[in-house]
Amino acid sequence: MSFFLSLVEWDMFTPPKWNGFGNYITLFSDEMFWKSLKVTLLYTAVNVPLSLIIGITIALLLNHRIPGLSVFRTMYYLPSVVSGVAVSMLWVWIYHPDYGYINYFLGLVGIDGPMWLQDPVWALPALIGVGLWPVGGTMIIYLAGLQGIPSQLYEAARIDGAGGVQIFFRITLPMLSPVIFYNIVVGVIKALQVFTEPKVMTNGGPNSATLMYMLYLYRNAFKWFKMGYASALAWILFLIILLCTILLIRSAASWVYYEGEVRGK
Amino acid sequence: MSSLTVSSLSGKKVKQALGKVVIFIIVLIGALAFVLPFIWMLSSSLKAESKLFTIPPQWIPSPVKWDNFIKSLTVLPFQVYYRNTAIITVSTIIGDVFTAALVAYGFARFRFRGRNVLFILVLSTIMLPPQVTIIPRFILFRWLKWIDTFVPIILPAYLGGSAFYIFLLRQFFLTIPRELDDAAKIDGLGPLRIFTMIILPMSKPALAIIAIFSFLFNWNDFWHPLVFLSSEEHYTVALGLYSLQGHFFSTVSLLMAAAVMAMLPCLVLFFLAQKYFIQGVVITGVKG
Repeated sequence: MSFFLSLVEWDMFTPPKWNGFGNYITLFSDEMFWKSLKVTLLYTAVNVPLSLIIGITIALLLNHRIPGLSVFRTMYYLPSVVSGVAVSMLWVWIYHPDYGYINYFLGLVGIDGPMWLQDPVWALPALIGVGLWPVGGTMIIYLAGLQGIPSQLYEAARIDGAGGVQIFFRITLPMLSPVIFYNIVVGVIKALQVFTEPKVMTNGGPNSATLMYMLYLYRNAFKWFKMGYASALAWILFLIILLCTILLIRSAASWVYYEGEVRGK
Repeated sequence: MSSLTVSSLSGKKVKQALGKVVIFIIVLIGALAFVLPFIWMLSSSLKAESKLFTIPPQWIPSPVKWDNFIKSLTVLPFQVYYRNTAIITVSTIIGDVFTAALVAYGFARFRFRGRNVLFILVLSTIMLPPQVTIIPRFILFRWLKWIDTFVPIILPAYLGGSAFYIFLLRQFFLTIPRELDDAAKIDGLGPLRIFTMIILPMSKPALAIIAIFSFLFNWNDFWHPLVFLSSEEHYTVALGLYSLQGHFFSTVSLLMAAAVMAMLPCLVLFFLAQKYFIQGVVITGVKG
């Protein structure tokens, strides 16, 4: 159905016109399509690795026995409980060039903060920052993964004379790799479809610097009622997601380590 | 764990203790950074408008303007938006939990031809993002004249619901011993009674997790209401916030007060059901 729609030209008010692969051909010469694709891929390429690194780092820190652990865990996790328009509104105020606290703190250390959401260069990094706030959600998964690593492995490694760095790369990371894999797959799929933040915070601006793919699709479908063209956009996005997932699954064989006995079903 | 096994060299112990202090300080600073947006939001929501624009920022509002909250709820008909959101959220939760439980029960307990193929097919829809199917759904619901009603948002939960929830529940059902089913069968219970009298009562934690996930998703959902609802008396809280942001009379304190109110149910739910949250996230992440 969706694929059929992508082959027609239809504004929903007049009967659909058969367009063959015309919509797809138009796509390739559509500057805004390429722009939105670039912005979205850039967002994904930065957001996913960063949330991986930050998530694992916090999990490693919280894997120590320090006082107030459960309180800290809650504090890191809390942002992932909330989402949507309210969060986006909050960050618009935090990024306020003159009276937001980010530029205030930057000012304290002598940095003249940028205009953030109004600045074509800094708007996308600002959105990436918002995307990292709920990193506690993945952190909890890493923490559970860390706690599932049997301590004998560490002890054996220590007896063999392995140092901290070696233990991290030879034991912790491989043992954590199934969880990392899961989080990367979910993270990529989510990041490619980000919509609420760019819609509420920047509406794609300034100068299309944050024109995410879903936002462009939304405009085509529900603002300009180009249903056929928007369906073609949806199909391209689906293919990109499918491709990313297949590539990730293919690559998994070489770096994801599964313990034999855990894989039951 | 290591302090007991490691030799009692005092130098090493001091080093370890020092390491812990450093970790504690890093964790503390990070944790403060993560909750600072909440504090900032709450502080801004209680300020007089003139106190918002000061350098350095005023962290503790004085005077405290509680009436920002009343104003933020009445400047637009938010009581209607909250009612709408509650209707959508509650009906969707019931649909999600009920459908997922029924389908998962089928996959977990019955052998039938093509079961595995069907299960993989269901799972593969996780990869098919809802945004991609939005256009055919929109056209279908428009043809049925259901645009600008809650039906397009609620109905999908009753027609199969979410593959993710089905998967979660099936995994949980598989951990319930089959002997219980068999015993019930000997006592003359049919599959439906087994489902309602044995499987469901034993799965309360898993059902709670799904209800929580479903609540959080629907409460915060912006995409579906934005696409399917158009008249203001059908707005949800998310749409209300969005239109509040665009209004000329809304001030930063009003926006922040409205944001606090919108987030509050999620935060309260989290503190009430913290155990299930962590469990749910871990089940999906580690076992998925």
